[in-house]
Amino acid sequence: MQSYGPMEYLWKVKKPIDMNQWKNFSKGFIKENAVFALFLGLCPTLGVTTSAVNGLGMGLATTFVLVMSNLVVSLVKNFIPDKVRIPSFIVIIATFVTVVELVMKGYVPALFDALGLFIPLIVVNCLVLGRAEAFASKNTVWSSLVDGAGMGLGFTMALTVLGAVRELLGSGAFFGMKLISGDAMLLFILPPGAFIALGYLIVLANMIKEKTS
Amino acid sequence: MEYILIIIAAVFVSNIVLNQFLGICPFIGVSSKVETAIGMTGAVTFVMVIATLVTYLIYNSVLVPLDIIYMRTITFILVIASLVQLVEIILKKISPPLYQALGIFLPLITTNCAVLGVAVLAVQKDFSLLESTVYAIGNAIGFGLALITFSGIREQLDLLNVPKQMKGVPIAFIVAGLMALAFMGFAGIV
Repeated sequence: MQSYGPMEYLWKVKKPIDMNQWKNFSKGFIKENAVFALFLGLCPTLGVTTSAVNGLGMGLATTFVLVMSNLVVSLVKNFIPDKVRIPSFIVIIATFVTVVELVMKGYVPALFDALGLFIPLIVVNCLVLGRAEAFASKNTVWSSLVDGAGMGLGFTMALTVLGAVRELLGSGAFFGMKLISGDAMLLFILPPGAFIALGYLIVLANMIKEKTS
Repeated sequence: MEYILIIIAAVFVSNIVLNQFLGICPFIGVSSKVETAIGMTGAVTFVMVIATLVTYLIYNSVLVPLDIIYMRTITFILVIASLVQLVEIILKKISPPLYQALGIFLPLITTNCAVLGVAVLAVQKDFSLLESTVYAIGNAIGFGLALITFSGIREQLDLLNVPKQMKGVPIAFIVAGLMALAFMGFAGIV
């Protein structure tokens, strides 16, 4: 048996664990990105991204729900009978969605109005339920938290990018700052532009994935 | 006349999929074959109409009198989830052929945002009970129209030579964008 000095031992043991958690965290950005790779949570992705700020706000609200529901689901996973698993997850998620709804209504009413129907609809975002079912119900509390944060921030990134692209093309602005004076391609703010912009962004993500692998 | 206007507005002018972005997951997910698209439309129509009716009654006879409107989201999703289970059990008993046709789509509907979306929109718009029902029927028809047309296009799309990176979902999105553009032509008719 090989023996390690104390520092060496720490390094040998700590490193693989940290690497795993880092992988767990970073997978949500490109490789298993909710929008570009798994095609989950597409309704808010298309519905609210008329500007980068809306995309960012929606993404952060979803991330909060995702992290909290992953946390609670992984905490109670051993107490929930298998048969009523999905309804229980939905109640947990709906609770946090109501929290988000009330907080946003109180503190950022303008953003709340802009996101409208899509705030209560976080409940049926397949991404949130999907992570609860596929990850948090089988893993430890800490890795579920990391997974929720990674997937949520990946989702936020996707929404912000799509929002920025649509805002830039559709109203010639970037995060509300007007860059191009005069008319821009209004189409990208309208519903058809959402589909077309997302289609081309997925193509771009596919090309990046191909290059890196 | 008023009811016909609600239906035309829901089907064409503010189509639930192409204009409101609800129910995109089944729109992309189960649209590769016309047959499955028709099955999904049947299941969604069934659940959407019943769910809107039941949530409307619960909202106006329980949540509003008790002044607990903030419980709306939790109540609605629970009602929809249990309703889907109920419909599944009843269909299995009463009409096995219909269950065979719709069965596999029913569990997917709980997380179909179109169903919850229409239920929430119907109470937000202050419709009467009959208007809500008509509104739900109109939206279900709109969902079916978009989904079935789109699946027809995708069946043809499979035969075409599409660039590798665009195969599958990306090209489907771009086609959906063109469909949405076509539906924008209906804007202003109501």
